[in-house]
Amino acid sequence: MDPRRTARTVSDPKVRQVGFFTPAPTERSISDPPRFQDPIQPPSPSPTQVNDHSPSGNSLSPVMIPPAHHHSDNFLRTALQVTSPTKAFSYSAKTVTIPPENEDVASSFSPGRKVVSAKSPSSFPGVKASSVPASELTTVSVVNLPPGISEKAGGASVEVQNDRPVSAKTLKEKTNKAERRALQEAQRAAKAAAKAEGTKASSAASKVVTSANTKPSKAAKSSSQKNDGSQVAASEKKGGDRAPEKDRKKDAPHPRMQYDDKSRVEKAKKRAVVKQTEARNRVELFRHLPQYEHGTQLPDLETKFFELDPMHPAVYKVGLQYLSGDIHGGNARCIAMFQAFKEAIKDYSTPPEKTLIRDLTARISSYVSFLIECRPLSISMGNAIKFLKNRIAKLPLALSESEAKSTLMLDIDLFINEKIILSEKVIVKHAVTKIQDGDVLLTYGASSVVEMILLHAHELGKHFHVVVVDSRPKLEGQLLLRRLVRKGLSCTYTHVNAVSCIMQDVTRVFLGASSVLSNGTVYSRVGTACVAMVAHAFRVPVLVCCEAYKFHERVQLDSICFNELGNPDAISKVQGREEINYLDGLVNQENLQLLNLIYDATPSDYVSMIITDYGMIPPTSVPVIVREYRRDHLWS
Amino acid sequence: MWWRSASFILDRQQHQNRTVAPSPESFLLSSPPPMADSPLNPKSNISAYYQTRAAHHAVVTSDWLAQAQAAVGRHSDDDGSLGDDKGATPIGGGGGGGGEEEGSGKAFSVIDEFNSWRKQPALAEAVAAIRALAAVIRTSEATTMMELEIELKKASDSLKSWDTTSISLTAGCDHFMLYVTRTSALEYEDFNSAKSRLIERAEKFGEISCKARRIIAMLSQDFIFDGCTILVHGFSRVVLEVLKTAAENKKHFRVLCTEGRPDRTGLRFSNELAKLDVPVKLLIDSAVAYTMDEVDVVHFGADGVVESGGIINMMGTFQIALVAHSMNKPVYVAAESYEFARHYPLDQKDMSPARRPIDFGVPIPSKVEVETSARDYTPPQYLTLLFTDLGVLTPSVISDELIQLYL
Repeated sequence: MDPRRTARTVSDPKVRQVGFFTPAPTERSISDPPRFQDPIQPPSPSPTQVNDHSPSGNSLSPVMIPPAHHHSDNFLRTALQVTSPTKAFSYSAKTVTIPPENEDVASSFSPGRKVVSAKSPSSFPGVKASSVPASELTTVSVVNLPPGISEKAGGASVEVQNDRPVSAKTLKEKTNKAERRALQEAQRAAKAAAKAEGTKASSAASKVVTSANTKPSKAAKSSSQKNDGSQVAASEKKGGDRAPEKDRKKDAPHPRMQYDDKSRVEKAKKRAVVKQTEARNRVELFRHLPQYEHGTQLPDLETKFFELDPMHPAVYKVGLQYLSGDIHGGNARCIAMFQAFKEAIKDYSTPPEKTLIRDLTARISSYVSFLIECRPLSISMGNAIKFLKNRIAKLPLALSESEAKSTLMLDIDLFINEKIILSEKVIVKHAVTKIQDGDVLLTYGASSVVEMILLHAHELGKHFHVVVVDSRPKLEGQLLLRRLVRKGLSCTYTHVNAVSCIMQDVTRVFLGASSVLSNGTVYSRVGTACVAMVAHAFRVPVLVCCEAYKFHERVQLDSICFNELGNPDAISKVQGREEINYLDGLVNQENLQLLNLIYDATPSDYVSMIITDYGMIPPTSVPVIVREYRRDHLWS
Repeated sequence: MWWRSASFILDRQQHQNRTVAPSPESFLLSSPPPMADSPLNPKSNISAYYQTRAAHHAVVTSDWLAQAQAAVGRHSDDDGSLGDDKGATPIGGGGGGGGEEEGSGKAFSVIDEFNSWRKQPALAEAVAAIRALAAVIRTSEATTMMELEIELKKASDSLKSWDTTSISLTAGCDHFMLYVTRTSALEYEDFNSAKSRLIERAEKFGEISCKARRIIAMLSQDFIFDGCTILVHGFSRVVLEVLKTAAENKKHFRVLCTEGRPDRTGLRFSNELAKLDVPVKLLIDSAVAYTMDEVDVVHFGADGVVESGGIINMMGTFQIALVAHSMNKPVYVAAESYEFARHYPLDQKDMSPARRPIDFGVPIPSKVEVETSARDYTPPQYLTLLFTDLGVLTPSVISDELIQLYL
């Protein structure tokens, strides 16, 4: 429909020069990047990165499809290391229908199975049998099932069996006497635990680590590491020990994991530090996205503070802040993350017989996977992490540890200053030229850059009016409104419901963005698309302000395939309005699905201009910026 | 030819103004070199760019002349009163000039140079600016590259501020500055050879300008087919070149020319075409929609191509593009790459206004307001293709090229 797009194929990008050119070859290097064959094609990562990083190592590019060896890899690992399938499965209603088939599958593998199977589902959710440290170590965790889920536990435990067979098979082959004894003990312990029903049952003889109410795979692993000393021989037979952080790194859930793929979800869940309870009744279209019950993870995670030894406290703190929502907004999250990483790098010392480059990358990856568990990464954070990892990988080998650390810390500071703070200033400088006296500016939500623009224009003495459009449930606009009103700007506050009424008086719409994708799609707070479309219908120019480090080469056509689900309770309840209780008692109904989306995608047709640190560009030029930006900062 | 135009009055006026411009205060301080005090365009309410164009086309009516004179007169009155405020300091033209000469030892002004260049009808304004800047290099007494660069920067700034309405002047200056500052090869040479290299390059630009027009004409031949009807608006040297080449290639086509009020550029364009024996028909500006169904292709020139991929062109371009778009006719724009500018207008009012007097033939009561804007902005979605010396581009590629150029 838009002629500039349909016609785009007409001219293939040839090597061209702009402006006044002479045939001198020296000029050529300035205007065209010879490194790129195809402007849209994302550059292939350097081979070293592919080799030494497991799937989660390069997982930060969300476009990538996980390589095929991932599965087998995982299976092998489940056989080798701690298998911990226990988890309070609170699957949605759909899962409950599955057991029969699963039972079949499970029984087909059953002969020779030594692992205890959950025969009494109501009381005994599962057993963790560890085979890495061999013999005596067994982990049993008893999970306190939340009320209302216990009747579904049958389905859950059957699912546990479902992925047991492979590990059970290998177990059978590899077990020696000691291990068999350990398993028997585990069975006994489990029965005891079942009788005890949720109390902390521990069998001292076999060093069983029982943790109530939690599923600390991390803790289990670290304790297994402690026990390793006595079973060196056994562990050597199994292929040597692994650094816990490396395990973590490999176990990180893929950032774009499809959460409706059950087997993969389970695998991810087994390794999760943060105990996320899945919400029920997810909307059909959005089953592939993770949806958790909010408010349960925080106290849980706090109790585990001392168990997670490889996690740096600063990272832990930031993770908790993400989880609780104390830090929000793309820039704030990115800066907080980088500052935590900086702390971690400061306190980092390379373990003996390891190289800093590899070990630190693994360490950072483990931090990142922890942060992902707390809250899915934003695209800006993904880009920032890519930058940092690239910096680590590019460190000269000759550098001493302290030098390397200070270089990295300097790089991080540079990134924060140049790519975030300075680029905000540049954007403000550009955007202010588009504000004239008498303008009525509309903004949606609370964008830090837009706030800076408005305040700066006010400082310059421009006379304009601001319309702050807001929406439930976050009501972030009120925060912006408060700061604007304090500074003496004349403002109107309205909810998004009224945007079509107020749009006829508006002359410019300024929007922030979480990310801009390479087809010009603006990925931003939910509701932005609606505002942009209304503005387009009223022929009001829409200006999107976004720093270039948030640009991403991905292409997205809708807001379904990649998004984040918020707390569904936030939309079903209205804070401070007790009388609005129509949904009380209905939330758990099977035929009610609540959807609280966090982001949406605005097609580029509705965007007049994108203001970025490279100037004001049309949305069609985003790929050029992505290309230039990557050349500048990822390969420098 | 240009002598017949109104601009000579303005030129004379502006010469006086310019020499008067350095105020006594700045003279006493005399800290800024003469290049920096950037004499402002005295006829700020009239776009110099469009005046030059009108002068080149030599279609100036008596009324136009009178209005221009009136505008200048009014302005000079203002100046006079300003002068009185200053206390009637008797600084003659000679005094000012002398001061400049003493200031840095050169009686050279970019703007003079530029004015002398832009009077050549065949020369685009951007090229005139570049020639003027080349002259700056030639006359410069700088001894280091940095000094020369700073001097150039000042010169280009003063040129740009002299006529803020002209997109191609600004773009030409910017392109030239980039061209000069972005040559890494210069760093390894001694100053004099670097300087001569710069001059050499600057000289080439004039030729490139003519060559660009030829390239565009060649590229656009594929888009003119036998028996087609072409609608043109305004007087564009590039479009003329395109049509001339098509006629030379023995293509049979018909041209519809709009009248192009108020400076009637269409009349002159049709004259040129008639000389080439191309069948041509004149329309009044308001007959565009009426004749659009018999039109196959719409051709425009451009005063400036902006970052969004849209164009800034003579008043009326936008409405013709709208009509053509709604009737599904292709709209082609012929523009040299030095007209690409880092501007991004959001709407029609989002540009510095370029005014010009309008001749209505009858006296207009003072209560009636007259829209005197000389140009409008055509958004990219109404353009099909741009013929440039970089190739045939879609509007969205313009921004890509600009980013490549400026980053």
